[in-house]
Amino acid sequence: MSLDRSDVEKIAHLARLQIDEADIPEYAENLSNILDLVNQMQACDTAAIEPLAHPTEAVQRLRVDEVTESNQRDNLQSVAPMVEDGLFQVPKVIE
Amino acid sequence: MEWEAVIGLEIHAQLATKSKIFSGAGTAFGADPNTQACAVDLALPGTLPVFNGEALQMAVKFGLAIDAEIGRRSVFDRKNYFYPDLPKGYQTSQLFYPIVGPGHIDIELADGRHKRIGVTRAHLEEDAGKSVHDLFPNMSGIDLNRAGTPLLEIVSEPDMRSAEEAVAYVKKIHAIVTTLGICDGDMSQGSFRCDCNVSVRPKGQEEFGTRTESKNINSFRFIEKAIKGEIARQIDLIEDGGRVEQATRLYDADKDETRSMRSKEEANDYRYFPCPDLLPIVIDEDYIEAVRKTLPELPDARHARFMEQYGLSDYDAGVLSAYRDLADYFETVVKAADDPKLAANWVMGELSKFLNSNNLGISNSPISAGDLGGLLHRIKDDTISGKIAKQVFEAMWNGEGSADEVIEAKGLKQVTDSGAIEGMIDEVIAKATPQVEQYKAAEPDKRGKMLGFFMGQVMKASQGKANPGQVNQILKKKLDALCD
Repeated sequence: MSLDRSDVEKIAHLARLQIDEADIPEYAENLSNILDLVNQMQACDTAAIEPLAHPTEAVQRLRVDEVTESNQRDNLQSVAPMVEDGLFQVPKVIE
Repeated sequence: MEWEAVIGLEIHAQLATKSKIFSGAGTAFGADPNTQACAVDLALPGTLPVFNGEALQMAVKFGLAIDAEIGRRSVFDRKNYFYPDLPKGYQTSQLFYPIVGPGHIDIELADGRHKRIGVTRAHLEEDAGKSVHDLFPNMSGIDLNRAGTPLLEIVSEPDMRSAEEAVAYVKKIHAIVTTLGICDGDMSQGSFRCDCNVSVRPKGQEEFGTRTESKNINSFRFIEKAIKGEIARQIDLIEDGGRVEQATRLYDADKDETRSMRSKEEANDYRYFPCPDLLPIVIDEDYIEAVRKTLPELPDARHARFMEQYGLSDYDAGVLSAYRDLADYFETVVKAADDPKLAANWVMGELSKFLNSNNLGISNSPISAGDLGGLLHRIKDDTISGKIAKQVFEAMWNGEGSADEVIEAKGLKQVTDSGAIEGMIDEVIAKATPQVEQYKAAEPDKRGKMLGFFMGQVMKASQGKANPGQVNQILKKKLDALCD
């Protein structure tokens, strides 16, 4: 399976990655190679195998429902580029 | 052409945990912006989620309540999209292995019809934060207090055919989650909200039409209006030769119409995959049975019991059992008054009337269930008549004390002394010569009706305090004696 230029552009957009025009052919080739490997693996019969959710055999531990965090807003917002009235500021987004 | 609507609903119920689904930050509503958002909720590097066991238990409770399959092994997946109020760049959800599998509920409709509605699945996920667009001129403000609040998304089968059925379904789910105590059900604060998928097709056609989705509707009335409006819009569109476009629409309550949201680019390309930060949740029979033991009596079971134990009508039992706080209130009144039908009449009558006109819920009633029971007890033991009781009720509502205190303070105790009642009757008869003559002249079978006049006069003379049963009896005896 081979990806073309528009596939690469779409994937980059979905991941919000800025990519160099000149690099697109190389990305296309690399990603296509990965998909080829996936296709090769598709040949294995996995009918009797349960899908893997996690590589370890462990199961999820459960946390007790308690509030353990105190208000750390000032500390946490000290690394934010812009804050006002306790709100993080981002470029205007509106549906 | 006759059209048929097909409706499926997705309900988001905020689970009533103290802390978030994957962090120890609090979930209380209305806190100052970002004071309940910790490093995990903000997705700071190096943080890892730890799953809240209470959220799991609540989801399992719901599954058991709707007779659903419980996922013995469920898995969290990442739903990827970018939006500023989603700091991780993905929402942790469950796509492939949800905690609750297929189940069902039964709804009752106005014409008495019952219908079974399938619940496809219910899965655990986290809520996003909130964006504020109107506070700053060129920037949006982000409050992440809600980020990571546990949600149970309940997905129905496309089994509903009218707005009425959809509302009945939503109300039933609402009653179940509030009865279970897993969601506070507060729709105005967004704790319980609904996405409506609506399509239409010519009646009799097998395949579905193209559907639209109206998102985040947060009142029963708006759900009904949004669905009705959308059905009409789609039918008009098709009959005018147009086509319904698959789209997400926003319900505007002010204009009472749905309008198209600008369709998000690649909206459905969420690239789900299992979340590597969380392990599969595995639960066994012992766990499920332990949760089953904690289930309270559910609305349907309580409905049936109210009919059987208290002799209530299907309708009355349905109204009184629909909500846990109302049902609990009613049963406390029954206990105190020792008369289920009297209790039902007062809770559904006078009390509901006062609550509605003051826009109060049962939990905010100024008259406690015990006090209302105390009032009804005084009707039962003939201390006051039903009519005087309404006067006492109003005084109790206005905070003038318990029934006994009001009756004492206002001197409303019923006159049951037959000597005193006879005295009042004699006086009325003496003053009402023309009416007495009419009574005497009337055919015996007409006299019963004429008794009303004398009853009214005696009750008036006693300021409503004479025991009506006694008055009726003595009055009849005395008048009939005059006729002989």
